[in-house]
Amino acid sequence: MSSRYEIRLAGSGGQGLILAGIILAEAAGIYDGKFVCQTQSYGPEARGGASKAEVVISNAAIDYPKAIRPDVLLALNQKSLDVFLSDLKPGGLLLVDADLVSEYPASRALALPFTRIARELGRAMAANIVALGALAQLTGAVSLRSLEAAVLARVPKGTEDLNRRALAAGVAAAKAGGAASVPEETGEN
Amino acid sequence: MNAEVTGKPKLLQGNEAVVEGALAAGCRFFAGYPITPATEISEVMSYRLPAVGGAFIQMEDEIASLGAVIGASLAGVKAMTATSGPGFSLMQENLGFACVAEVPCVIVNVMRGGPSTGLPTRVSQGDVMQARWGAHGDHPIIVLAAATTRDCFDLTVTAFNLSEKYRTPVILLTDEVVAHTREKLALPAPETVEVVDRLRPTAPPEWYVPYADTASGVPPMGIFGDGYRYHVTGLIHDVHGFPTERPDEIVPFMNRLFRKITQHFDDILMVEAEMTADAEILVVAYGSVARSARRAVKEAREQGIKAGLLQLVTLWPFPRRLLMPLLRQVRAVLVPELNMGQMSREVKRVNQGMTRVETLNRIDGHLITPGEILERLLIF
Repeated sequence: MSSRYEIRLAGSGGQGLILAGIILAEAAGIYDGKFVCQTQSYGPEARGGASKAEVVISNAAIDYPKAIRPDVLLALNQKSLDVFLSDLKPGGLLLVDADLVSEYPASRALALPFTRIARELGRAMAANIVALGALAQLTGAVSLRSLEAAVLARVPKGTEDLNRRALAAGVAAAKAGGAASVPEETGEN
Repeated sequence: MNAEVTGKPKLLQGNEAVVEGALAAGCRFFAGYPITPATEISEVMSYRLPAVGGAFIQMEDEIASLGAVIGASLAGVKAMTATSGPGFSLMQENLGFACVAEVPCVIVNVMRGGPSTGLPTRVSQGDVMQARWGAHGDHPIIVLAAATTRDCFDLTVTAFNLSEKYRTPVILLTDEVVAHTREKLALPAPETVEVVDRLRPTAPPEWYVPYADTASGVPPMGIFGDGYRYHVTGLIHDVHGFPTERPDEIVPFMNRLFRKITQHFDDILMVEAEMTADAEILVVAYGSVARSARRAVKEAREQGIKAGLLQLVTLWPFPRRLLMPLLRQVRAVLVPELNMGQMSREVKRVNQGMTRVETLNRIDGHLITPGEILERLLIF
């Protein structure tokens, strides 16, 4: 059971978090060959309500399909961070959107401007893919090659190039930002 | 369930796996009305069915949906509908009709929070008793509960097979978590899936007695348009299908309706037992909660507690004979459910004071966690 790795993606409806969860699960499950469970939670609204996707990755069959103590929390708005921060595993990775989340524990969080990066690439909607690139680079939960294959298989036709660039930009941002600001694990938290 | 797995695995939702299972079982007709959290079943059926020569109809409501399904089945096509609580309520009248007229069909109910429109996007197991007794009148019914994406495929196939074999509607209960959880699933090669088709009459049409008793209690079913003409009604009928009020015809009919199920308990009652051989504490669970229970039981074992899990796959008829020996064996039973206690009543009824039966209920639209179950196992 210790091989269980849990990722929670949270924000508001319309930010593409459920699609990001599906892509992550396909990268880990179909392309990396691991066991995966992807679940989601959303309100009755089509856009604007709270939205959450979770991916559990394991080397063994997965019993409980949802995250228990997430190893990673990606928060794309303030509310989702406020609600879910306390669930994050001590020493777990906290990734926030630098422009959409203003208050976060600076000692634990890595803030990267996912949405701004996506906008500069031409489409703010690709922020989910930028975030996936950063998440994969920082955690190694899925291989970058598998992630790219999963992204290209899922995104709408004609957006492959944009999404490939979004993924690469996320990886680059993580490399730059990650080196500068990821806190060292002290083992105390 | 013995189907050989071939081909590349895909990431599928429970709802999508239900569709694949239905198609593998030979379902070629679907009539339904979309409703969260069952919508994906209709959505995927709408393009998968025409692709295999079947028919999909979006109906005006759920009453008509089951009506159309019954009509399709009488015409010889395996048929299904899918809904959630509010739609399931509307289907009860036609469900009773399908029982009495003995029309094979499959109804999937993806449970969400209720009553009424309740909590559309949230998980619940509130329809367990409705599935048993929602249709009025004394009637037998088969109800199965799926817990995983794989179950959704396998049990949809099983639901069709049981409905065809026993000429009865079969209800597959899933829930929002089971329906929307995506898991890796390698679909079995179609030719390796065991598929049962209804027994057809062999006598010439003019000799056909549509509701005559047989050794199995299941009369062969004539197909409309094949020359086997008979009368279909919701009224209690004689062996020819015409209404009767004669006690000497009513009683054999009702008895046969029940007997065709009770005589085949060995085939119909299904459970999955895990670590029950030496168990001192038993968790009885079904659907998505069985997944939480499976983890809780493993964690309890790691702490030296001899816990076991009995996962109910068949909910109705209640698998009394499979539970009974365990009730004699264990010193306590926990029944976690996403309702105020529906299956636990049944466990208590069977238990009759043999051991301690406790409940764990959650009705806030969230899945019971392994931790909540473990906490209770630790203090037993």
